[in-house]
Amino acid sequence: MYKIVRAQELTTNIYLFEVEAKRAAKTCLPGQFVIVRTDEDAERIPLTISDYDREKGTITIVVQTIGAGTMAMANLKAGDAFHDFVGPLGQPSEFCSEDIEQLKQKKIIFVAGGLGTAPVYPQVKWLHENGVDADVIIGAKTKDLLIYEEDMKKVAANVYATTDDGSYGRSGMVTTTLKDLVEKEGKQYDVCVAIGPMIMMKFVCLTTKELNLKTIVSMNPIMVDGTGMCGACRLTVGGEVKFACVDGPEFDGHLVDFDQAMKRQQMYKTAEGRALLKQQEGDTHHGGCGHCGGDK
Amino acid sequence: MDVLKKVPVREQDPQVRATNFDEVCLGYNKEEAMEEASRCINCKNAQCVKGCPVSINIPGFIEQVKEGNIEAAYQVISESSALPAVCGRVCPQESQCEGKCIRGIKGEPVSIGKLERFVADWASENGIKPAVNAEKKNKKVAVIGSGPAGLTCAGDLAKMGYDVTIFEALHEAGGVLVYGIPEFRLPKTDVVAKEIENVKSLGVKIETNVVIGKSTTIDELMEEEGFEAVFIGSGAGLPKFMGIPGEQANGVFSANEYLTRSNLMKAFKEDSATPIMHGQKVAVVGGGNVAMDAARTALRLGAEVHIVYRRSEEELPARVEEVHHAKEEGIIFDLLTNPVEILADEDGWVSGIKCVKMELGEPDASGRRRPVVIEGSEFVIDVDTVIMSLGTSPNPLISSTTKGLDINKYKCIVAEENGQTTKEGVFAGGDAVTGAATVILAMGAGKEAAKGIDEYLSNK
Repeated sequence: MYKIVRAQELTTNIYLFEVEAKRAAKTCLPGQFVIVRTDEDAERIPLTISDYDREKGTITIVVQTIGAGTMAMANLKAGDAFHDFVGPLGQPSEFCSEDIEQLKQKKIIFVAGGLGTAPVYPQVKWLHENGVDADVIIGAKTKDLLIYEEDMKKVAANVYATTDDGSYGRSGMVTTTLKDLVEKEGKQYDVCVAIGPMIMMKFVCLTTKELNLKTIVSMNPIMVDGTGMCGACRLTVGGEVKFACVDGPEFDGHLVDFDQAMKRQQMYKTAEGRALLKQQEGDTHHGGCGHCGGDK
Repeated sequence: MDVLKKVPVREQDPQVRATNFDEVCLGYNKEEAMEEASRCINCKNAQCVKGCPVSINIPGFIEQVKEGNIEAAYQVISESSALPAVCGRVCPQESQCEGKCIRGIKGEPVSIGKLERFVADWASENGIKPAVNAEKKNKKVAVIGSGPAGLTCAGDLAKMGYDVTIFEALHEAGGVLVYGIPEFRLPKTDVVAKEIENVKSLGVKIETNVVIGKSTTIDELMEEEGFEAVFIGSGAGLPKFMGIPGEQANGVFSANEYLTRSNLMKAFKEDSATPIMHGQKVAVVGGGNVAMDAARTALRLGAEVHIVYRRSEEELPARVEEVHHAKEEGIIFDLLTNPVEILADEDGWVSGIKCVKMELGEPDASGRRRPVVIEGSEFVIDVDTVIMSLGTSPNPLISSTTKGLDINKYKCIVAEENGQTTKEGVFAGGDAVTGAATVILAMGAGKEAAKGIDEYLSNK
């Protein structure tokens, strides 16, 4: 069992858990993920690492309640435990193995959308600790759904918050802010890292292609084992089949076949389930239902 | 009684079992087992033992069954095997022990597998555990993977007195016995879990949720955690795909994914948290035991199932018994048929599988006649699900993170007969070394490696 030392509701339907996982906390790096199970009969749920503390031996994960499995997690409190917690899985972010001096020369922009803000945090923090200060765009539907803004400000050079409805920060989609920064505000970037719903990452990639800006995305397809065994998470990158769990989860966004990946996301959503999902996800709905055209 | 024939074993009726996940074979009772045991002529130079990868004293245990001393029979088997209830069910006895049985020359061989199964099940029902009598050696050995190779190696080392910890990547121990082989062939709670408990009762510790190469490395286990030797029994878990168009469509699965969902995650149960695709018409591509398992699982989930295999029935790599069971249950065999494309509808879901007809040409490197495409023979089988069962290869996670551990061009770990790899103190065996093979060969390798490790640590 893996003890929860801190549990916190960050905003509606988004929960943070800091979990004792000594082996994983010792070796993990930004970009990697873990797989958790709440109880003996639960699904294996992959979650990108949102923070880690090597001394305390803890890993932080942030979860959005979207199905029965994540709903069950929402009820967990500090002092409870996860039945299973395995990691770190996948490859660390590319920059973790780059030469630090060369990295310091690079201007990096992170584009974080919704829940995706959580896994962006350890990357920006790692860079900060290594003397590299990056810019971060955080996008959310409304002010209330914005997460990690204060934490991010402590480790980033600049944080640009944007809300779809203009209730806080800039107004509009993350892609608008990204374009404005580069085209109107004189910002220059060498690399963009985009993490959020697949539909957001797809549109960020379309934008950065126009801007001729290399873009890394973190893919979160359906998985079972997370160690390369099942192939459920396979996607096409630059015409080649890759397994997100062992080859990724981060890939060159300009090479990812997002349309295929989004179709594969719907594999276990029945027609009935899709309707329910659209209803439940409401404002956070991002095309996974396959009916709204968001993925077309 | 016809002494030339095996005492028949009771099975679930094919029509009934095609709709449930209960075990197909019901096994012998004591009377049947004693009767079957009486067919053994107790050869002086027993060939059956030579056919057994773990060299069980077969005439020895059968002699005890003849007399009705089942506990004694169990202890004879336990000297050589940690997983008799598993082996009695999934070993290819026809090509091993039973294949060498003298009775088989004129008539049917002694039903050694079913006798082994009976003895193991009887011991389990009566709470009999394998005997432990070794002095503790106070030396730590790490075993990576809790499949047949790892469990056997760990069990043998524990019997020799070593302090053994198994590291398992998944949340449950058992490896292919829990994620790969279906419930109807190998019950998880009554058989696999109990045999793992027996291995633990020998003193073996099992730490689940540890992915070696990620959570920690072999070098760290040896340098920081005090393990003096390591056995790698991580299996061959990477699925192969054909590389044909349409393979990424929704409804195309590796047999590994399909079976893991059903077996490990219990998706065959209606209240399971993990979903599985309930196809109407399923094509399983491949002809091995795993293909039969996937096909028979899909059948039980309500589908019409086609095995699509490019050679003929004679070349099917699956055990004869499995093919026979699959046919009885109503699996359709489309032989000499090879897929060339998977067709999908506009939403990306599988709508059919385009195949070509094959004929057999000259023998190839494997000695089997090479299948050749018949020109202009393209046709489409309407299916909504395709399961690829083309074999598996070893996972590079461990080899790529361990200094000095050599692999060959098939990504298999290079090891000697006794399991010794190119890295000192590190041994390997099972599918991680041979590529995908059988449970019993993996057990045999685990056994050899346990001897190899004992020799290494005794001389260190």
